[in-house]
Amino acid sequence: MPKVKLPRKSTNIDMTAMCDVAFLLLTFFMLATKFKPDEPVVVKTPNSISEIPIPDTDIMLITVDPKGRMFFSIDNQIRRRDLINNIDAVKQLGLSEQEKENFKRGASVGVPFNQLKSYLSAAPEEQKKFDASTAGIPADTSVTNPNNELAVWIRGARETNPKLRICIKADGDASYPSVQKIIRTLEGWKIFRFNLITGLKAVPYGSAAYNMQLSGKSK
Amino acid sequence: MAEMDTSSSGGHKKGPGVKKGKKLSTRIDLTPMVDLGFLLITFFMYTTTMQKPKTMEINMPYKDPNIKMEDQTKIKASTAITILLSKNHRIYYYEGLGTDSSKSPDYHATNFAAKGGIRDEIMAKQKAVEAMKRQGTLGPKDQTTILIKPDTTSTYDDLVNILDEMSINDVRVYAIVDISTIEQDNIHTTEVANGVK
Repeated sequence: MPKVKLPRKSTNIDMTAMCDVAFLLLTFFMLATKFKPDEPVVVKTPNSISEIPIPDTDIMLITVDPKGRMFFSIDNQIRRRDLINNIDAVKQLGLSEQEKENFKRGASVGVPFNQLKSYLSAAPEEQKKFDASTAGIPADTSVTNPNNELAVWIRGARETNPKLRICIKADGDASYPSVQKIIRTLEGWKIFRFNLITGLKAVPYGSAAYNMQLSGKSK
Repeated sequence: MAEMDTSSSGGHKKGPGVKKGKKLSTRIDLTPMVDLGFLLITFFMYTTTMQKPKTMEINMPYKDPNIKMEDQTKIKASTAITILLSKNHRIYYYEGLGTDSSKSPDYHATNFAAKGGIRDEIMAKQKAVEAMKRQGTLGPKDQTTILIKPDTTSTYDDLVNILDEMSINDVRVYAIVDISTIEQDNIHTTEVANGVK
């Protein structure tokens, strides 16, 4: 039997197809994702079946980390400037222009008022150290308690922007009393409607919510 | 690769003595471009978040010191179930509101399991309320009511999970209420009696 002669093939592969795929994926990721926001602490939120997206603007974000430390922020930079002016006036902190500018540009703040000045004057790396060691914004279940600094923040933010939606982003391991403090403080300011930030979970099969989803009826 | 052929001085017809210009391939090696593409993909995958987190809207009852106690409790005890959230994601529940001080309610322990957990209890209660409605013992407007009382040892995770159960089971009337010391004591004694740490 004659030997079958295999044709010699080049070892060069055409990379065009692979290149196409790579850039297709790249385009997808660029369009479908968004940059992670700068956060002082890592918070792992619990999951729920709720599908309401977070509003894009006018957000007041109260972050609670696993140890129950609280961080506060609002989204709009101009409002942030108003807020720090307000807080400075109310609490007589004597902040300089530069420190106010730092607050405007910064992320969530989680230090008590007596440390706020030194926190805002610190460099970003120093601020990270602050975030790691701070006890968070002191809060209490009563708004009349002078130590309830969270109440001052919330009122200041509401005064600068009454349209603010309140979002609580707490870690699943945060204890209930720390969340309760926030809820009671909000209630103290007559805010009874707020949002809890959660991840997304599948609706359990056969439940009432599942049947509602099937029939195309939303709540 | 990309060099100009300067050897031939133009105009000449190609004859046998003329050096032929080497035909260069139009193909470019795309490997570095692929490398770059994947590098960028990796970068975007690490620095961005895929999905926007969702939110859960909760409405707390309007609190006014002027509202009198008599106006507050209009819930019928037969429609109600009280859920106590305890530590290590344990749940205790009892039928009714626990307002009857003459006898202590019957505590049951359960958990967040999808089967045989609190969901089954809520669904059973909903069925019971529906049955009572048909019998006429309850008015057509009565609904299953759930009181959520998180203990100080419970976590935020428990709170979100139980609120989620409310939306999963389509419970329209529910409230987050502070736990009483009697209930805390009851949980404690139950746990001691059952040898739960």
